[in-house]
Amino acid sequence: MIEARSIIKSFGKQSVLAGVSFVIEAGQSVVVLGRSGSGKSVLLKHLVGLMEPDSGEVLVGGQPLNRMTERQLLEVRRKFGMLFQGAALFDSLSVGENIGFAMRRERKLTVDEINRRIAEMLELVDLPGIQNKKPSELSGGMKKRVGLARAIAHRPEVLLYDEPTTGLDPVGADSIDQLMERVCEQLKVTSIIVTHDMRTARRLGRRILLLRDGKIFLDSPASVVFESKDPYVHNFVNGIANPKEVGLL
Amino acid sequence: MMGQNTGTQSGFFREAGRLTLLFAEIIRSICTQRLAWSDVLYQLYFIGNRSQTVVLITGSFTGMVLCAQTYFQFHKVKMDSASLSIVSVAMASELGPVLAGLMVAGRVGAAMTAELGTMRVTEQIDALRTLATHPVDYLVVPRFLATVVAMPLLTVEAIAIGIAAGWFVATGVLGVDPAYSIKHMLHFTEVNHLLMGSLKAVVFGGIIALIGCYKGLNCGDGAEGVGRATNDAVVHACVGILVTNFFLTMFLRSVLYPQ
Ligand SMILES: Nc1ncnc2c1ncn2[C@@H]1O[C@H](COP(=O)(O)OP(=O)(O)O)[C@@H](O)[C@H]1O
Ligand SMILES: [Mg+2]
Repeated sequence: MIEARSIIKSFGKQSVLAGVSFVIEAGQSVVVLGRSGSGKSVLLKHLVGLMEPDSGEVLVGGQPLNRMTERQLLEVRRKFGMLFQGAALFDSLSVGENIGFAMRRERKLTVDEINRRIAEMLELVDLPGIQNKKPSELSGGMKKRVGLARAIAHRPEVLLYDEPTTGLDPVGADSIDQLMERVCEQLKVTSIIVTHDMRTARRLGRRILLLRDGKIFLDSPASVVFESKDPYVHNFVNGIANPKEVGLL
Repeated sequence: MMGQNTGTQSGFFREAGRLTLLFAEIIRSICTQRLAWSDVLYQLYFIGNRSQTVVLITGSFTGMVLCAQTYFQFHKVKMDSASLSIVSVAMASELGPVLAGLMVAGRVGAAMTAELGTMRVTEQIDALRTLATHPVDYLVVPRFLATVVAMPLLTVEAIAIGIAAGWFVATGVLGVDPAYSIKHMLHFTEVNHLLMGSLKAVVFGGIIALIGCYKGLNCGDGAEGVGRATNDAVVHACVGILVTNFFLTMFLRSVLYPQ
């Protein structure tokens, strides 16, 4: 369904992705792990054609994105829903308008249907009745949840989550985890979840990709990753800093 | 990053190329996509609201000072009552559109760049694209159309108030004969002068919106990027207006007054 073929991407002299390849089948739920700055967000943006690789290609449903114009990409992106790291809500629009944005642009549903869907989505993310608030009135966690509601409102086939639980309190993070699990199982969507929250990873990651130095360091089922004896992986999943890297030794 | 390589010659041509591509995309979007009229009207309201006052003030004071200075010179050769006709021709064909353009560039162009630039650095533009919406359709086209419509209106306003203020100074302060002033003004001012001013205003409106949106969509990272882009947008739009004005005068002159 989604395939990355040796993607290479640098910004100026800084190499971010140095040959990333994987295949994600429809309906799979994959967690991408990696330290901050390892290029997880950059990778996600390549999968929807928001960024172009320096070399290599991304295929969605067998179609290479590289050769498409922006307008062709827009059609492909209808299949996707994306939650951005900073939520990226449109701050000139109300919460309701944000969530209904894609549906309103598509013009397939009536205004009543869209409003009902917006209310339903807000219900789902535990924020009922805030349709008329502006994003600037919301806390960081609430923005994330509205961003999630916006990402799933038009019923996409593929959902990309960029650090969905970062910055949430533990209970809020757990409710997002549950929500993602439900969405994944009930709507049969393909989910790609970028996170460094191990709880999310344990819960949702049937398969885990670990990004390190611009490459896929590890691509395994979750059980293997959490039992791994490899020192880097072990330290990563248990949140242990290497004393040498910290500079204590 | 995109759009930061300015100042060098290759930077200039690259920028010009990208502006042309954006312009082509705007035209294509207007021709093929459904237009959100409510967005255009909102932008029109926003532009009028923001620039009305400055355009009226600059228009009136420019008309006044031009009239006074012309009178001081013409008085020496006993042509007092022709002063106002100089004001009206100059305002209609040159100063009206240029002044309105510079003011709108400062007020509206800058606001466009700051808004779109902030949307870019907070990933709202990316979010728009993932929601299957082309930024040109949703953000640029309404701003472009609104500016192109608003500029001639503001220009006519600047011309009218400039002439009125000039007349007031000539007759009220400098003691020129009111009836002869009007008679000479009407004699020397042609419809073509107004037409030239309005056509220029349309072009300037296009320049302001194009540069404002381009700088915003391609701005650098962070608050600093937005600040620099906004600054660039105003300067480039103003320079663009002043340079284009000369060529437009020569071109429109040959079109409106064929030999
Ligand atoms: N648009 C950009 N321009 C320049 N550098 C970028 C850009 N986007 C990301 N980077 C750089 O790429 C690296 C990876 O970023 P990112 O993917 O956001 O990391 P993370 O894994 O924390 O999401 C960072 O060092 C960042 O500075
Ligand atoms: Mg990130």
